[in-house]
Amino acid sequence: MNKTIRGLVLALGLGFAPHAAAQVETLHVQGNVYMLAGAGGNIAVQIGEDGVLVVDSGNREASDAVLAAIRRLSDGPIRWIINTHAHEDHTGGNETISQAGLTLNGNPAAIIAHEEVPTRMVAADRPITEWPLNTFFEDRRDFYFNGEAIFLYHHPRAHTDGDIVVYFRGSDVLVSGDLFMTTTYPVIDAAYDGGVRGFIDGMNNMIDIAVPAWLQEGGTYVVPGHGRIGDEADIVEYRDMVVIIRDRVAALIDLGMTLPQIREARISRDYDPRYGSTTEPWTTDMFITAVYNDLTREGAE
Amino acid sequence: MRGHAGLTVHRADSGLKRQEIRVRSSISAALCALVFWAVPAGAQLSITGEWAGRYHEDFDDRVPGDVNGDFTGVPINDAARFYAETWDVRRVNVLEHQCQPYNLPHIYRGPLQFRIWEEKRPQTQEIIAYKIYIGTYMQSRTIWMDGRPHPSEYAPHTSMGFSTGEWFGDTLKVTTTHIKKEFYRRSGLPSSDQTQVEEYYVRHGNLMSQTMIITDPVYLSEPYVNSQEFELMERGNQNWLYNCEYVMEVPQPRHQVPHYLPGENPFLEEWANTFGTPFDAIFSGAPSTYPEYAPQIEDMVNEADNE
Repeated sequence: MNKTIRGLVLALGLGFAPHAAAQVETLHVQGNVYMLAGAGGNIAVQIGEDGVLVVDSGNREASDAVLAAIRRLSDGPIRWIINTHAHEDHTGGNETISQAGLTLNGNPAAIIAHEEVPTRMVAADRPITEWPLNTFFEDRRDFYFNGEAIFLYHHPRAHTDGDIVVYFRGSDVLVSGDLFMTTTYPVIDAAYDGGVRGFIDGMNNMIDIAVPAWLQEGGTYVVPGHGRIGDEADIVEYRDMVVIIRDRVAALIDLGMTLPQIREARISRDYDPRYGSTTEPWTTDMFITAVYNDLTREGAE
Repeated sequence: MRGHAGLTVHRADSGLKRQEIRVRSSISAALCALVFWAVPAGAQLSITGEWAGRYHEDFDDRVPGDVNGDFTGVPINDAARFYAETWDVRRVNVLEHQCQPYNLPHIYRGPLQFRIWEEKRPQTQEIIAYKIYIGTYMQSRTIWMDGRPHPSEYAPHTSMGFSTGEWFGDTLKVTTTHIKKEFYRRSGLPSSDQTQVEEYYVRHGNLMSQTMIITDPVYLSEPYVNSQEFELMERGNQNWLYNCEYVMEVPQPRHQVPHYLPGENPFLEEWANTFGTPFDAIFSGAPSTYPEYAPQIEDMVNEADNE
C-alpha cells in the first residue's frame, strides 16, 4: 500500500484516538441497543438473554475502558463482534473484547465482517487475534440473536471496500459504520477502494431501511461511525450534502476544469462550516479530491 | 438604565455626592438582584392556557409566509448565501423530505396556536416542567424547570430540541439545544443542527411576548433576534391537527436530490425583481437588519434608476 495513504488511514484511526484513560460514554439508543462513544469510532452494544453482541470495538488504547462499559451494561457472555469495516478506530479493540468473550463452543467471541476486512488487516500486518475469521462475501447476511433479527448489508466501494451496515430489526436501530457521521465530510478511503458513488448507495440503502415515527423524526435510530445518534432525517441531510457536492464536482469536470481549479472554486462552502476542516486527518480538500478521483477514475460512469 | 442616568447627574463633585452615589448604586444593585434573582417557579406568573399568535407585526412574513427569493431579515453568512443560491424548493417534495416540520427557531414565525400546561411535583407543587403542544405540525415541547442538565453531545436532535427554563423575576428564560437542521426561511436560508435558542417570555395581562435569540455558528454571522406576541384565548381547544402522510404523488426517480448548480438558479432574484428591491439589500444578511441600512437601499435604488 502506498505509504502516504497508509499513513492517512492510520491517522484516521489515531486522529480520533482518546487519551490513555478513555472516557467512554454510554447512551441507550432504543430497545436492546446502546451506543458507546469516546473510544474512537462509535460502538453499538446489543444485550439480552442470549448474551452480548458488539458492533465495532473502538481504538486499541481504549479497549479496557470499552470492556468496562460493556460490563456495566451486562455480565452476560460476549458472543459476537461485528466489524463495520477494517479501520483501526473501529477494530482496534477486537482482541480485548473477543478474548473477554465466549462462544457456545468455548472459543473467544467470534468476529464477523465482510471478507474484504481481514484481507485489509492482513495487508496492514494487524495481529491475527484482531482478524475477523467469520466472514461473508454476499451482499447480505442475517441471523437471530437476543430475540431479534439482525441484518448485515455490504456496500462495496463506499467508505472502504468492506463496509457493512448493521440493522437490528426488533430494536429498530441501524449501525452505519463510517457511512454516516455527524462530525466531518465523508471519509472516502481510496487506498481501501472507497468511492463516492458507493458511499451514496450505502446512504440510500439506509434511508430505505429507516422509517421515521412521526414527521421525519425518531422511529429508526442510527448509530453513526462518529458523532451523535441520528435518525432518517439526519442521514437524508447528509446524503443530500454528498450528492450536491458530487454533482458540483461532476459539472466542473464536464467543463474541463482540473482538480486544483475545482479545489480553488470552493464549491462546498455552504457545508464547510459544518463539516469542513483545514487540518488532517481529513480536510475539505482531501474530500473534494476523493470525489474528483472517484468520478474520473477509469470505468467511472 | 436608571442607574446609569443617576451616576451621570450626580457625578462626584463632593464627598457627600460620592457617598450618595455609593448608596444609590447599592440600592440599584439590590433592586436588580431582587428583580433578576431566580426564584422558585411556583411563585411566578402563570403562563398556562391556550395561546394564539397576533400578527400585527410582520404579518406578510408570518401568515402568507415568505416566498422564493425572500432572504430578508436574517443575519446570514456566506455559507448560508451559497446554500440559498443553490436551493431548489422541489426538494421538499422528495419522499424522504415530506412532512418535515419547522424547527424551533422557525415554527413561532408562522401562524400558530399552542397550549401550555404545568407538570408539578405532587408532594411540593413545584413546577417540574412546562408542557407545550403547538398546533402547527402537532409539535410537543417540554421546558424542564427542575434544573436538569442538557443531554450529552451524542444524544439525538429533534425539531423542538431540548429545553430548560428558569425564572428571572417575571421573565421566563428558556434555553434550547439539540435542534434538528431546518430553515430560517423556506426560501432556502438554512439553519444547522448546531443552532441554539434563548427565549424570553414576559406576560402582560392576556398578552405574552416572546423574544428569541438564535445563534448558529454554521449559518449566522451574528445572533438572529425576533419577537412575537401571543394572546390568551377565551375558548380552548383551538389547536389544529396535522395529518401528514409521505407519499410519492408524482412518479419520479427515488433518492433524487433537487438542487441548482451555482449560478443556475432562475428564481434567485425573483422576489427582488417583483418588488423592485435591490437584490444586494435582500441578500446582504446582518447589515440590512439594522435601521441605518435604509439610506443605503435608497442609494442603490437611485443608482439603478440612473443607469
